[in-house]
Amino acid sequence: MNAPALALHGTAHIAGRLVFGPLSLNAPAGCWTCLLGPSGVGKSTILRLFAGLGDGIAFDGALSGAGQVALMAQDDLLLPWLSVLDNVTLGARLRGQAVDGGAALQVLERVGLADRAGDRPGDLSGGQRQRVALARTLTEDRPVVLLDEPFSALDARTRAQMQDLTVELLTGRTVLLVTHDPAEAARLGHVLFILTEDGLQEVPPPDGPIPRPVGDAAVLAAQARLLTHLGAVPVAGAGTRGAAPRAPRDIFPKKEPGAGLPRGRR
Amino acid sequence: MTRAVWMRGLLGVAPVVLALSLWQAAVWLGDLPRFILPGPAAVAQTLWHSRALIAEHALVTLTEVLAGLMLGAALGGVSAIGLAASALARRLVQPILVFTQAVPVFALAPILTLWFGYGMGSKIAMALIIIYFPVTASFLDALTRTHPGWLELARVMGASPLRVLWHIRVPAALPGFASGVKLAAVYAPIGAIIGEWVGASRGLGYLMLLANGRAKTDLMFAALIVLALLTLALHWAVGAGLRRMLQRYGA
Ligand SMILES: Nc1ncnc2c1ncn2[C@@H]1O[C@H](COP(=O)(O)OP(=O)(O)O)[C@@H](O)[C@H]1O
Ligand SMILES: [Mg+2]
Repeated sequence: MNAPALALHGTAHIAGRLVFGPLSLNAPAGCWTCLLGPSGVGKSTILRLFAGLGDGIAFDGALSGAGQVALMAQDDLLLPWLSVLDNVTLGARLRGQAVDGGAALQVLERVGLADRAGDRPGDLSGGQRQRVALARTLTEDRPVVLLDEPFSALDARTRAQMQDLTVELLTGRTVLLVTHDPAEAARLGHVLFILTEDGLQEVPPPDGPIPRPVGDAAVLAAQARLLTHLGAVPVAGAGTRGAAPRAPRDIFPKKEPGAGLPRGRR
Repeated sequence: MTRAVWMRGLLGVAPVVLALSLWQAAVWLGDLPRFILPGPAAVAQTLWHSRALIAEHALVTLTEVLAGLMLGAALGGVSAIGLAASALARRLVQPILVFTQAVPVFALAPILTLWFGYGMGSKIAMALIIIYFPVTASFLDALTRTHPGWLELARVMGASPLRVLWHIRVPAALPGFASGVKLAAVYAPIGAIIGEWVGASRGLGYLMLLANGRAKTDLMFAALIVLALLTLALHWAVGAGLRRMLQRYGA
């Protein structure tokens, strides 16, 4: 697997409104890069740009590494008229390739849904649907995999299992994972980025190979650090620390009146 | 049986009783002769006595309607898919379709009779023409409103436009096709009847015209009622059939 690195430098607007930037994001080849941040700061927009779905996004800058990607969107996007198994093999059918039902069934087995292979997505729970979407993404044999909150609908135990499985099956690929869960980022990221209304910031990851143990002290410490950076936990000196990333926004001329206002919870 | 069931049954029959009462009241109050407006009892009597005659003509009309409906649904379905597949086709054909909708279908009946003869052919063509547009429009509309997330998924997966059409857009639009066909089931009998009025020797439309000409108004009403019941039954059957098809389909 010859996985490329991903890079994005620039600014994005949607419908004349600034979504993010200017920022610079690098995801090294063959590694897991986690993009952590609150809702509405533009995490999904970044994934869409890498996935070639930037039609509605005015992106001013440079983008590289985006080619053959698999994208697991925030929405499971299962087709209600197809069985679970047929949903998993959708990619092959859409490309006119031979459908490998056996391999798909194996992945379904790994996500714990082999016994639901013949069911319709409408008969599944939200968490089960998300696992089918995960199986569909893992079945796509792509060097770059973009995951948008792929474990958000799962209970804690299933989430840890699915994280382990995903790391195992995507070994050697370049993975960009979007999440709003600091614990997930601390567990899975070789590289950690935090995107907030103030901009993008790289945070050092804990040591050790991924997936890191859930209760590990270093992982918990990293999780706490991430929470601090997110602004969820006030700490001494947070004022000066929080002010630093704000500077670039003020240097660049505002394109429209609302651009400098806090964004996100619109 | 519970009270609620009785009440529901009563409420179901009530409109029929009301309609019949109004009808009978009009006959009595207006003191109308039988050849202007026969009472419900007289029509019921004729319906029973002429049942063989009416059934024979109803069968002809029903055959025309079903043939027109099937052909119209098939042709409309294929056209909508073709139009959805090609922007050029849409540009070229859509204005023509809209223009043809401005032509009153009634005006076409004589020429269709000239082209397809006095038999069933011209009536089937008439039914087909009248339902073609609603089926095509309804299906095409659904085909152009596919959930954008599904289209993006297909794009990231590297699908060709034709495969997206076949694997995603068409299946996703089947409910739209179904509502077009359900509407068509109501329109199709209108087309067949117009065709029979203009020139035919069989069918309910022909029978109604014949009865009217001979001042057999009760027979005219009997045929009209049978036609209305046929249309309702067809609408219901098509609706139920399509619902079942879509359910099995999982949509
Ligand atoms: N199609 C769209 N039209 C208008 N605004 C959009 C659209 N998609 C996203 N946005 C805006 O862009 C911003 C970032 O969205 P998104 O990338 O989905 O955020 P995140 O994934 O971080 O929650 C939000 O403020 C959202 O309102
Ligand atoms: Mg998002």
